[in-house]
Formats: sequence, C-alpha cells, structure tokens
Amino acid sequence: MSGSSKKDRTRRLAPAAVPWLLSLPALALFAAVLVIPLVMTVLLSFHDWSQYGGIKPVFILKNWREIWSDPYYAEMFLRTFRIAVLVTLTTAFVGAPEAYILNRMRPPWRGLFVLVLLGPLLISVVARTLGWALLFGGRTGVVNEALLRLHVISAPIPFMFTETGIVIALAHVLMPFMVLAVWAALQRLDPQIENAAASLGAGHLTILRRVILPQIVPGMLSGGIIVFALAASAFATPAIIGGRRLKVAATLAYDEFLNTLNWPLGAAVAVLLLAVLVAIVVAANRLIERRYAEVLG
Amino acid sequence: MSFLELHELTKRYGDHTAVDRLTLSVQQSEFVSLLGPSGCGKTTTLQMIAGFVAPSAGAIALAGRDLLAVKPNRRGLGVVFQSYALFPHMTAAQNVAFGLEMQGVGRTERDKRVVDALALVGLSGFADRHPRRLSGGQQQRVALARALVIRPHILLLDEPLSNLDAKLREEMQIELRTIQRTVGTTTILVTHDQAEAMALSDRIVIMNHSRVEQIAAPQHAYERPATPFVARFLGKTNELAGSARAEGGETIVTIGPARWSHSRAKPGPIIAAVRPEKIAFAAPAADRFAGVVKTRIFQGNHWLYRVATSAGDIFVIRQNTGDDMPAEGEQVALVWRAEDMTVRGA
Repeated sequence: MSGSSKKDRTRRLAPAAVPWLLSLPALALFAAVLVIPLVMTVLLSFHDWSQYGGIKPVFILKNWREIWSDPYYAEMFLRTFRIAVLVTLTTAFVGAPEAYILNRMRPPWRGLFVLVLLGPLLISVVARTLGWALLFGGRTGVVNEALLRLHVISAPIPFMFTETGIVIALAHVLMPFMVLAVWAALQRLDPQIENAAASLGAGHLTILRRVILPQIVPGMLSGGIIVFALAASAFATPAIIGGRRLKVAATLAYDEFLNTLNWPLGAAVAVLLLAVLVAIVVAANRLIERRYAEVLG
Repeated sequence: MSFLELHELTKRYGDHTAVDRLTLSVQQSEFVSLLGPSGCGKTTTLQMIAGFVAPSAGAIALAGRDLLAVKPNRRGLGVVFQSYALFPHMTAAQNVAFGLEMQGVGRTERDKRVVDALALVGLSGFADRHPRRLSGGQQQRVALARALVIRPHILLLDEPLSNLDAKLREEMQIELRTIQRTVGTTTILVTHDQAEAMALSDRIVIMNHSRVEQIAAPQHAYERPATPFVARFLGKTNELAGSARAEGGETIVTIGPARWSHSRAKPGPIIAAVRPEKIAFAAPAADRFAGVVKTRIFQGNHWLYRVATSAGDIFVIRQNTGDDMPAEGEQVALVWRAEDMTVRGA
C-alpha cells in the first residue's frame, strides 16, 4: 500500500526537479554559511558607525569614502599585495626546483621529503611562527646569536615586525601548494622527453630551460594563483609576526571589528580585499587558460 | 670493419640480466630490427646505443670509435620514441628545428632544412601546428622528421608504429622504408611485431630472454629458423614428432607412414617443423600422412585449414586459386617437400 503511494508521488514530480531536490541540502548549507553572511557583510559596509551611537543601519558611502581618501588604507593594501607578490615569487623560485628534485627522487626518499614539505601545514601556525622567532627573534634568536658570535653580522637580522619576516614565514607555509602544483605538471611530462632532447644534442641546462621549464610554467602559474590568494588573505602569520606595528588588510579588518569595534569599516576593508582578490585571480586564470589551452591543454 | 659494432654488450639490473652478451655488426645504410617479445632486452639494447642506459659490460663502436666514451647529447643519433616525446610547447617546425639549433646551424640553412624535412615526411602544411593539434600518425611523422633532420649517424626507432591503428601502421611501414632508402641512414628498429620486422628490415635480430636467438635476413630466418623459438615467433609453424635413420648413404626421416630423404637430419627421434603454407593436399594413399579436415576458414586470398592427424592438429594454408578445396570432414593426405622441413633432434 505505502509502496505504491510513494511510487505515485515520485511519478508526479517533474523530472527536471529531481536534481534540484537532491542537491537542496547542500544548496541550503551553502546559502546559510556562505551567501547570507557574505551579503550581510556587504550590507554592513554601507552602515554608519559612531563611537557612542554604535552601528546605524543606514545606506551611506562613508566607509568606502574613508578607505578611498585616507592614504593609510592605500598603504595597508599596497603592503598586503606587495607581501603576496613577494611570497608568490619566493615559492615559485624555490618550489619549482624543489618539485623537480622531488620528482626525480626514488620512492622511499620521495615519501619522506613530501612529508617534510607538508610539515608546515601540519604544525599549528603559532608553533611554526614561534619557531621562526626562536631562530631570528632579536639578539637571542639561535641563528642571530650564532652569526653574531661568528662576527658574520654586527647587529641581529631583524625578523619580527618586518615585512621580510612575514614573507619568509608565509612562503614557508604556502610552499606545498606551489610544489604540488608544479609536481602535477612534471608528472604530465612525457617520461622520454629529456632523452629526446638529449638525443638532439641538448645539454642538461638547455633541457631544463628550453624543454622542462616551458612545460611547467602553467603549473607554476596555477600554483602561484593559490599562493597569491592565500598570502593576500592570510591572517594568523602576519598577525603574529607583524603584530600591531605592521598591519595588512586581514589584520586591519580584524582590528576594526574587535578593537575599534567599527564593524562597518572593518566590513568595507574585508569586502574590498575579497573583491580585489577575486578580480585578480579570475583575470590571471583567464589569461593562463587563453595562453596555454591550445599548447598544453 | 662494419659501421656499428656491438660487442658482448651486457646489462644487468641486480640479479636480473636484461641483455646478455649481445654481439652485432651493422653495415652502413643497413636496416636492422631487434625483434622479440616484451622483456627480451631489445629496448634496453637500443637505449644503450642511444646512451640513456649505461651497459654493465661490453663495447659499442661507431665507425671504429668507442661510442660509450661519448655523452648521449654528443652521439649524433636520431631517436624516435614509442610515445614520440615531441615537445608539446613547440610547433611542428620548432620541434624539427630544435636539433639544428643545438648543432648551431645558421638561421637560413635551418629554415631550409626544416622545410625539407617536413616535406620528406609529407607534412608541409602543418609546420605551425602544435603536437596536440596533430593526429597520431602526423605526430609520428614529426618525430621522424625531427630525428632525421640532424642527419644522424644512426636512426634508432623504438616501437615507433605501435601506437597507430593497423591500416595507418601498414602505410607508415611502406613510407618508413621508402624514406630510409632515400636518405640512406643506418637504422635500428625495435619491435615486437614480426610482420613489421620482416617487412622493413635487411636483417632481423631475434631476441628472447635477454639473448640473441638468431641474426639473419627476414626470409632466411623464416625459412631456416635457428631455434624452435624463432620458428614459433616468426609466423605459424607445425611441429611433428618422427624418427630419422641412416639408410644406404642417406638419412631417411619418417613421420607416420610418410618418408623423406633429408640431408640435414641426424639419426634418432626428431621433431620436424613445417610452415602451414608449405603443406599441400593430395589423394589419400598408404604411404602418405593422412588426416581429417576439422575446420576450414575462408580468409579471402587464402584458406586456413585445421586437419586432425595422428600427430595432432596440423595447420594448412592454401592459396585461394578458385579450385575446389577439401570440405570439413573430408579424408585428406598432407604432403610437403623435404626441404620445407626443419628437423631437429627430439
């Protein structure tokens, strides 16, 4: 009885509705945890705020005008993207050779070094950053102390509260994304391609430059997009190493929300960061696809 | 002194011997195939000549000079790989030009030779295409042009046709042979396809289990296989047990009721190998080897018979001449000439 009635109900549904119905839970979750908060944040960025009056739900451009006119915010965003670009370049220059070496390793060693490579992702950001601080933090950092005693340097290398420090720490943790992207590109290479180039008279360096590198550039670019986006939106590492003194867009938004309590301004900073990142990533991705689709597919 | 000399060439990987004391002399402009089942060491041999694999022992000499002392990128050998290994980020013309650039050939001459090489393989209109936009057969031709344009001392082909479909493979075989004859480059082909090896080569090196079984011209290896492996690997063959004995100054081979005088047989129990196309049908008689037709399959230009005999099933191939042929279930006698039999001691 119940079986036949269930059958009837299914039959009454339009076939086109079934996929929608099946993906409804996922769509609801997506809307609840991503779309609605995002829309609310965008709306929040247009609200007014005052020291004593708190948030007023009106529609004004005050926050956006402030970000636009005050050079303080321009400096913040400029620093954020400067750091992101430097991190991307560092991971590309270190990560591509690293992936090439990893790809040529024999099985037991390869697994070991993949683990070493993924290490920073497995360690808490606090422990990792404190590790860097132990090495370079002020006069008592292990490396600084050793270099001072050896008279290689006359003053400790500054690390904490410097952009260099943030770049190094971010490059360290984001390296796996670059290495894995390049590694994937390397594994698509024809295993005989180096032999083919050698048989045509090319030496090792020529093979790397003329044959291997051009084929892993798409991998470096897609890895670069991931690293750039993660570096520009990173919060924990810049917060610990840069502290209050050296803010980036993410830590700035955090401070507006939790210290100044100016939520609308914080929301405007966060929305601007998101919009600029999305624009850069989409544009870069489209450029890469157009450039390499025909050649490498 | 021949052009390329491999002397006692050996490659061991731990306990496994991939190539065992291979000795081979190749003449200038000769087309030699290394033929054998997979894992017989033919590709390892090719890679040792190319310099991608270092031999464990033995020597390779090219025109009298020690080739092992030369780095792979200085050997001046053209290689065509099974996967073609084209540079996917370069156009067909750039792929072909790469080797000339490495040799430092000037721009004008380089462009001219690239055009000539692409014309030689029939790809004149495809110079600006990337490999991904070329068909398998076209990629194969680019790989061949790329290897030939540097005017290599030797052309090494590693299963170059195995990724093509049957019809295209046949076309490329003919074309490959024509091009090799035109250019006159000494060529070594690695293949597991016995028809391909026989169609293309001046001589075949048949390998099995890391060792050379026979080195001979295709027809000679087919008609006079040196080992049972060669007889089975090159084409179909029937094996029949019998005996041989000396009789009045000649050796008589007996299989069932049939007798042949055979000069190469040694007295004692023997196994005779006969190719299916060398066997003819005859009217049954008391002194003839007899059987019953089990199945016959029509294959256009020939008939393939399976005949049940006292020595087991025998394959017979007869040309389709339009004459009446024995039907299934019919009693037949099988006859062949003494010289069509390869006899070995059992």
